[in-house]
Amino acid sequence: MLEGILVLDCTDRLGWLAGRLLADLGAEVTKVERPDAEIHASGWRALNVNKRLVRLDLGGSAGRRELDRLAASADILLATFTPEASDAAVFDYGRLSAINPRLILVAITPFGLAGPKADWIASDLELMAASGAMSLAGEPEGAPLRVSAPQSYCWAGAQAAVGALTALAARGRTKRGQCVDVSAQAATIVALAHAPAFVDVDGTTPTRAGAFMTGRSVRGARFRVFWPCRDGFLNFILYGGVAGRRTNVQLVAWMRECGAPLGALSRIDIAKWDPTLATQGEVDALEAPIAGFFSSVSKREFLEEAHRREMLGYPVSTVADIATDPQLAARGFWQDLAAADGEVERHCGCFAVIDGERPPLVPRNDERVRAPRAAEVT
Amino acid sequence: MIASPQALEGIGVVEFGSYAAGPHVGKMLANFGATVVHVESLARPDGFRMQYPPYKDGKPGINGGGCFAYFNDSKLGITLDLKNPQGLALARKLCAWGDIVVENMRPGVMARLGLGFDALKADRPGLIMLSTCNMGQTGPRADTPGFGSQLTALAGICGLTGERGGLPTVLYGPYIDFIASTLGAVAVLAALERRGRTGAGAHIDLSQYEAGLVFVAGPLLEYHLSGRIAERSGNDDPQAAPHGAYRCESDGWIALSCWSEKEFARLAATIDRPEWSREARFGTLAGRKDAAAAIDSGISAWTRGREAASAAAILQRAGVHAHPVNTMADLFTDPQLAARRQWQRQPHPVIGNQAYCAPAFQLSETPGRVTSAAPLLGADNERVFRDILGLPEADYAAMRDAGAFA
Repeated sequence: MLEGILVLDCTDRLGWLAGRLLADLGAEVTKVERPDAEIHASGWRALNVNKRLVRLDLGGSAGRRELDRLAASADILLATFTPEASDAAVFDYGRLSAINPRLILVAITPFGLAGPKADWIASDLELMAASGAMSLAGEPEGAPLRVSAPQSYCWAGAQAAVGALTALAARGRTKRGQCVDVSAQAATIVALAHAPAFVDVDGTTPTRAGAFMTGRSVRGARFRVFWPCRDGFLNFILYGGVAGRRTNVQLVAWMRECGAPLGALSRIDIAKWDPTLATQGEVDALEAPIAGFFSSVSKREFLEEAHRREMLGYPVSTVADIATDPQLAARGFWQDLAAADGEVERHCGCFAVIDGERPPLVPRNDERVRAPRAAEVT
Repeated sequence: MIASPQALEGIGVVEFGSYAAGPHVGKMLANFGATVVHVESLARPDGFRMQYPPYKDGKPGINGGGCFAYFNDSKLGITLDLKNPQGLALARKLCAWGDIVVENMRPGVMARLGLGFDALKADRPGLIMLSTCNMGQTGPRADTPGFGSQLTALAGICGLTGERGGLPTVLYGPYIDFIASTLGAVAVLAALERRGRTGAGAHIDLSQYEAGLVFVAGPLLEYHLSGRIAERSGNDDPQAAPHGAYRCESDGWIALSCWSEKEFARLAATIDRPEWSREARFGTLAGRKDAAAAIDSGISAWTRGREAASAAAILQRAGVHAHPVNTMADLFTDPQLAARRQWQRQPHPVIGNQAYCAPAFQLSETPGRVTSAAPLLGADNERVFRDILGLPEADYAAMRDAGAFA
């Protein structure tokens, strides 16, 4: 959909995803890397596939001249830097705008271009802390946690792509570019759902609950979310509501069919059970036979049976489980590209299906493919 | 009022969406000037209105839900009974007005209602429609109903959160829904760009599951390349040491990390451990990881007696990655977020002066903003159908009497 849109991608890990998303929708994205930048790690390759690679030394005048030459014809320039750093001058909007008034500069920084923390440095850990996400993850008595695979960079990159295209829509009318100032801290706040609203509306501060769900029962009961199963863990919650009751009824039916001990489940009418009124004792008694049953079930078995029975709940996947999920294969999610050593690299394909087709990553033998080879070094 | 036109001014968006994944797309567009109409019905209001706290004064009420409000500021709210022929006719008329339709029902539901992409496109050739659901519109499990909170586990993200060897960990709320809504906004805006060039509309099929996988694309590629299965590892990072969260004064925590020997030396000097710089075992990443217990206890001894905010400021001045672990309450006093006007208040007739979340990015020439509080149920029926669609008063009254707005 973005055919003909030229994107110059001067980002580090904080912004890689932005260019990947635009490339997947058809933009021509040129990834600018330092001459000595290492591009073999899977993290780099996963989010820079589908881009063309140009190596430039922006510390030297030849490299900067080349950047300016590329910027003169680009629609969007994505850049990550700290306002204090030496390369900030290269990405000064006033300077770039004089070269190309139609250029949209997307500046992706940890905290934004202005404000008291504009020159603070942050990696994923500090961004997950600054956004509040860490305060919501982990055991209540333990340390606040980040996700082990960096998430804040993805939030920043994804919001940067929204920003770039919002500015592109404005350019359609004004014929002029502008500066998009993306704060990774603010982008990661999007991940928190409505947790901040509690502070504002009822004066409470949501905090981390580990592997349990709280706040559902008026009697303060907490509900198990993660259950050991035969080959890993399941995510299952004794919910109420229409979907929750259907789920609970189906689970008991499934257990019955398997001859699993029902324990306390046999002494109540599960179709009428209301978790909002449950005491911890009741919840524990109902969860015990379920735990016993789940310990004999595999992740894939649960996934298929829950789908068949329209039950809520999913297995806790590892990357290996995801790689073999038939739903993804059926939708053509994976895209195989030829790698340098003759092997095949299997990438996540475009994130959406457009008009019935998933836009392909650029096919093999095209220089844009393959965590690309150096096309040019200046 | 701010005079500058907004980036998406003149763009009409119709949302047949509820909960998070649909409405959050509309909110992002509304904050940049799109006219977004959130469609509900009296019989089936948005589930976020009544099913999720917080509520004004702690009492669930159809217009007192802070959760619904949080994702629906700057929009117009209408009610239509889509099972009523007149209501359905108005829905079609509304879609013919809109540039973009967003829906997050189960696959096939919109088509059964007579509001599928092909039907709507007949009235509006350049229509852009985003259909977002758990698994996507096709595939063996397309019809799976599901909650985003649990889908986050299927996409591998919960399994990658938690202490090494411990249980997987809950991420707050329907985490993956917001990945999908952000990527949905990207797709919709790209379609708008194409329509401007070619006149062609688009039907975008977005699987929330697949959207979530984009955020773990690195570990997935690593598995495909090497067979390595990524695991949760607390706050550790393979490239940095130390790298963790440390207790501070007043129940606070600070997150800090060192990405080079030089940065570690700056940390050591700042926390009164200059001797660390001279110890050979701390001179490499591997050495610092082996000595994590000693380093962590040294850092904790320094942080424990300090407020997280002042400790972070001291470390940042020394050139060390550090930030307080903000709680939800801290987000409202964080000076950086305040400087960016991250929280923008609007008066809501029931909830009062609620803070809404401003966009994560700002545009220099056409800035985004929160323009109004979330709508009460059906508050804008007259405005939308009379003023925007131009329905004559008699027709509007007839529609109302026929139960179209129920």
